[in-house]
Amino acid sequence: MVGAVNDARLLARALADPGSVVGLDAAGWTALLAMARAEQLIGTLALRVDGLPMPDAAKAILADARAAAEHGRRAALWEAEMARRALAAIGCQPVLLKGTAFVAAGLSAGQGRSIGDLDILVPRAAIDAVEAALLAAGWEWVKPDPYDDAYYRRWMHELPPLIHRERDRMIDVHHTILPLTTRVTPDAGALIDDSVALESGLRTLSPNGMLVHAAAHLFADGDLAGGLRNLWDIRCLIDEFGTDGLDAEAQRHGLSREMTRSLRLVDTLFGDRKASGTDRLYIRRITARDGWGRPIRPVTRLAFYVRSHWLRMPPAMLARHLWTKWRKS
Amino acid sequence: MPEPIFRAAPDGSLLIAPLDAFTAAYHRASGITHLLAEPAPQILAVLGEGASSLDALLARLGRDYDLDDGTREALAARLDELVDAGLVERA
Amino acid sequence: MKHAFSVRIGPVGFRIGSDWRAPIAALETLYRDYPQPHDGIPDFTVRLFARRPWRRFIRPSVEIGGDYMLPEAAPLPLRQGLLAAEMAMNLQMALGARRYLLLHASAVERDGRALLMTGISGAGKSTLATLLAAKGWRFMGDEFALLDPATGLIHAFPRLISLKNDAIAAAEAAWPDARMGPLLPATPKGDIRHMVPDARAIALMDMPATPALLLFPRYGFEAETRPVPPAEAFVRMTQASTNYVALGEAGFRALTGLIADVPSVAVDYPDGASAIDQVEALWSAL
Repeated sequence: MVGAVNDARLLARALADPGSVVGLDAAGWTALLAMARAEQLIGTLALRVDGLPMPDAAKAILADARAAAEHGRRAALWEAEMARRALAAIGCQPVLLKGTAFVAAGLSAGQGRSIGDLDILVPRAAIDAVEAALLAAGWEWVKPDPYDDAYYRRWMHELPPLIHRERDRMIDVHHTILPLTTRVTPDAGALIDDSVALESGLRTLSPNGMLVHAAAHLFADGDLAGGLRNLWDIRCLIDEFGTDGLDAEAQRHGLSREMTRSLRLVDTLFGDRKASGTDRLYIRRITARDGWGRPIRPVTRLAFYVRSHWLRMPPAMLARHLWTKWRKS
Repeated sequence: MPEPIFRAAPDGSLLIAPLDAFTAAYHRASGITHLLAEPAPQILAVLGEGASSLDALLARLGRDYDLDDGTREALAARLDELVDAGLVERA
Repeated sequence: MKHAFSVRIGPVGFRIGSDWRAPIAALETLYRDYPQPHDGIPDFTVRLFARRPWRRFIRPSVEIGGDYMLPEAAPLPLRQGLLAAEMAMNLQMALGARRYLLLHASAVERDGRALLMTGISGAGKSTLATLLAAKGWRFMGDEFALLDPATGLIHAFPRLISLKNDAIAAAEAAWPDARMGPLLPATPKGDIRHMVPDARAIALMDMPATPALLLFPRYGFEAETRPVPPAEAFVRMTQASTNYVALGEAGFRALTGLIADVPSVAVDYPDGASAIDQVEALWSAL
């Protein structure tokens, strides 16, 4: 059975059932490691299969991945701490989102996870003060382009990205979890009200809030790129917190369909549920990665890309946006 | 307004390697390497023993070093730099 | 992928896949005496591919991909496919290496002790390494020296030597019997020709060496040597390492250890012959 899979289901199985890597041959390991790097899951994989028998070369590569993830965790927590210090001056406690939240709260979803930018959620009313406080503490705008800037401010769910001039790290300041252009409008105020304080003076969403955000992020805020990592986050959160009250929370934010689909996809990818209907298309997209780490299934990918833009912006606005982008490039 | 208190990361959070007039310092919490010139290493060493106000820090440093006029302003400026670098927190 | 090749250079295993045969054929010829990756599992994957299927044939243009990528890496024409492969392998090292502190330096060895030469491109570190190797030093690498944080030892990374412009003739004169790749005229970096390191460099590539001297050479000046203050050497080496930050505490310990243990010397030199004399004088004074 091992080696028969030629897409990222190989990786999904290794994460869900680490014992499945025992007995992989050199080609199998090579493919698994390339996929895991491409899906930014190699640190997660490294922790999942730690201690199992494997070739020394694979062990060494995974030890490097663990060290890299640990370094990434440190850097992410430091960025969060710097944001906390900068915003303490205006009495704002930022709510950490995604990877930084998982590692700050010590959740299993954070183990080995690669973390990019710092994402924080703040009350919409505080956004101007937050912007000023961050600029005063050494963050600067990334894009000087006035069109992009106006676009972000008007339609996106975040400030234009800021980068710290010394540390060279980006921060995304959100005031809700989906763009204002999508038809679904989560209740950002409720998410902040229900957020949980950590000892460090930082906050995270409630467990169900994290789950709903992960589902929203997967379906409405992206083209399913990084989908495998996102679904792994969801699986870890469910393992850790269960699903009590999750239906009601998803309903409150208008994300019931996305949440239930996420749970079905998790059961399919990491369990033995059989996909049916459009779930099959989602699985095809999410596992579209070969043993060279290459993206495959271009038609399926394009379908999700167009869909992603469609969801974020009404069509006339989409046309205007793409036109502006084309004219400039 | 009360005097601000300055706090450094606790002992062991900095790895120190004296080079020459400069000292390399690896800050474990951030993974950032700093190159420090005097009196930054001395300030960090004193604050590492406990949080302190500017005046208390000045008095403490004065016990070990010859300090002259204008030192208070200079010390405040060095502290600001260490706060910006994240090595010292103003509480 | 359609065509594939694997190789190990020093401790690092690579797998290179390509939409075309030609770059793979060149790698097979030039790396024919090199071993395979440990356990058959490469550390890094490199992909040379056509952005659109028809670009395999019409004005074929090689896109560079792999485990680690830079969005701005521009494609190269197919006749420079070997250069594309080498650049992509370097990129994996620069962005992905975690086991060793990567020093952007050439290295040669004598009596188990390593001489490191670092500096900006054009400083002559690559040429000096080939000239010293022709005088009996063991060649360890012309681009990256790998410092092991666990042992403080330097590991060899003797990839193909990438000779540019005037350095091509100089190396051919020093190594008349060396095996050479095709001359690649008018690449983004000028004329380039790859030279296979000598048999001894390949045979001994798994043997690490204790670092003994760190040089900062500068070509085109009156002969002069002067010590480099430790803080300056430290800062210059952090800038000459692509993974210093990524290694965190291990990188800090490795690099401060190197700077403390090994003298750092700036060497200005007018030509290769003087440089060799200057280096030998510094070495015998250790």
